[in-house]
Amino acid sequence: MSAVEAPTIRKTALNAVHRQMGAKMVEFNGWDMPVEYPASLGGGIINEHMAVRTGVGIFDVSHMGDIRLAGRQALAAVQHISMNDASRLAIGQAQYSALLYPQGTFVDDVIVHRLGQDEYLLVINAGTREKDFNWVRDNTRQFDCAVENLSDDFTQIAIQGPKAVNLLQKLTDADLSAVKFYWVTRGTVCGLKDTLMGRTGYTAEDGFEIYVPSDEGTSAFVWNEILIAGKEFGVVPCGLGARNTLRLEGKLPLYGHEISDTINVWEAGLDRFCKMEKPEFIGRDALQKAKAAGVKRTLVGLEMTQRGVARDGYKVLDTAGREIGYITSGSPAPYLKKNIALAYVPREFEGLGTPLQVEIRGQAVGAVVVPTPFYKRPKK
Amino acid sequence: MPYPSDRKYTREHEWIQVNGNSAAVGITDYAQQSLGDIVFVETPKVGAELTAGKTFGTVESVKAVSDLFSPASGTVTEVNSELATAPEKVNSDAHGSWMVRITLKNPSELDALLSAADYEKYVAEEAGH
Repeated sequence: MSAVEAPTIRKTALNAVHRQMGAKMVEFNGWDMPVEYPASLGGGIINEHMAVRTGVGIFDVSHMGDIRLAGRQALAAVQHISMNDASRLAIGQAQYSALLYPQGTFVDDVIVHRLGQDEYLLVINAGTREKDFNWVRDNTRQFDCAVENLSDDFTQIAIQGPKAVNLLQKLTDADLSAVKFYWVTRGTVCGLKDTLMGRTGYTAEDGFEIYVPSDEGTSAFVWNEILIAGKEFGVVPCGLGARNTLRLEGKLPLYGHEISDTINVWEAGLDRFCKMEKPEFIGRDALQKAKAAGVKRTLVGLEMTQRGVARDGYKVLDTAGREIGYITSGSPAPYLKKNIALAYVPREFEGLGTPLQVEIRGQAVGAVVVPTPFYKRPKK
Repeated sequence: MPYPSDRKYTREHEWIQVNGNSAAVGITDYAQQSLGDIVFVETPKVGAELTAGKTFGTVESVKAVSDLFSPASGTVTEVNSELATAPEKVNSDAHGSWMVRITLKNPSELDALLSAADYEKYVAEEAGH
């Protein structure tokens, strides 16, 4: 027995369900989350990954946070704190964006949903929930707009994969075929009226994320209904392990890896989500200067050409063995069946086909710069 | 999962099965379960000298890399080449998937290792945390 209290680990409303299913649990950004489910349920990172690429998988992503901005000047507030152009959003539309520091680096990346005339919902990362909320609140005080932290109000379940639409359609009266990628709708889901469903995700696959009340009973009920309805599609419960390999194949950034408070938008290659034609937003001036000064390093995709797996933090070397950069994320890619990685390197090494090396346990192992995203879902 | 009593176990989750002066070494079912999908087993070449308690290779899953610790000192006489092309065998049958065979230098080193019953207790405690 220890007299010292362990730091509080947060649990989603589905925690008991995951444990009962026999999921392997890990601490992730202060949350007790499933990393993978047992093989007896069709789980294991590779199986879970493949289910999402070829069928459907479901994830508990309730650790993600939600910030609602509503009021007469909600749009002006969102425009001020985010780099994409929220004025382009129709009601029901969503966009990938980011909150920036004045120096043009990342507070976090976010999905901005326009829910109503003057109502926006920002979906943010688990590890940056408090920081993001404080940032949004402190930087929108000058606007006539209420900022609410709804992070604990929702259980967020991601239903992902080519069969996701078929699965969710069984459980809702909303016509999902009318919902385009990065749009949201509302409808009854498992008897729950007015449930928010967004055609979004973090897997580089088609799919939906649904937001249901965060009490344990409702959350478990919906989770189980999805698993039952998904049987005919071979649905597999998926953990953070597969979530990471899926997003890596799709080159979707992860906070603390590809983006952080020391990496700017140009380095991260997120130019197309950053609208410099907007007259003002936090970080804009610094980004303008950074662009004029020239971008020195850039994020590239690597594929290992020799045996070995590049992991987060490993050194990247040129062919002469000089250290030139580092791996931000690296893993075996279960669908592509290659060992892939993302890395920051000086721009002279960004050309496709450039041979590089990764230092793996003291050994220089061959790699090559390849096009990204590594995986792109087939067009229907 | 029952741990076979025909071998000894380390606290780093390797097993060693002795047959005369030769011994097979692998990782336990508990180890493969904590690692998840194994994609890569790296072992030393035939002739390499292993030292008890020291690393002699790595096993890599989708999620993590883990060192292999030698349960005993000795010389590698054989490497399970099947695992180079089918590392997932370790997941499906950890106790049947030996990684290297060695000739023992000092068989009495095995006295310090855990019996199946003690290892089972040990992992039950570790899993409880």
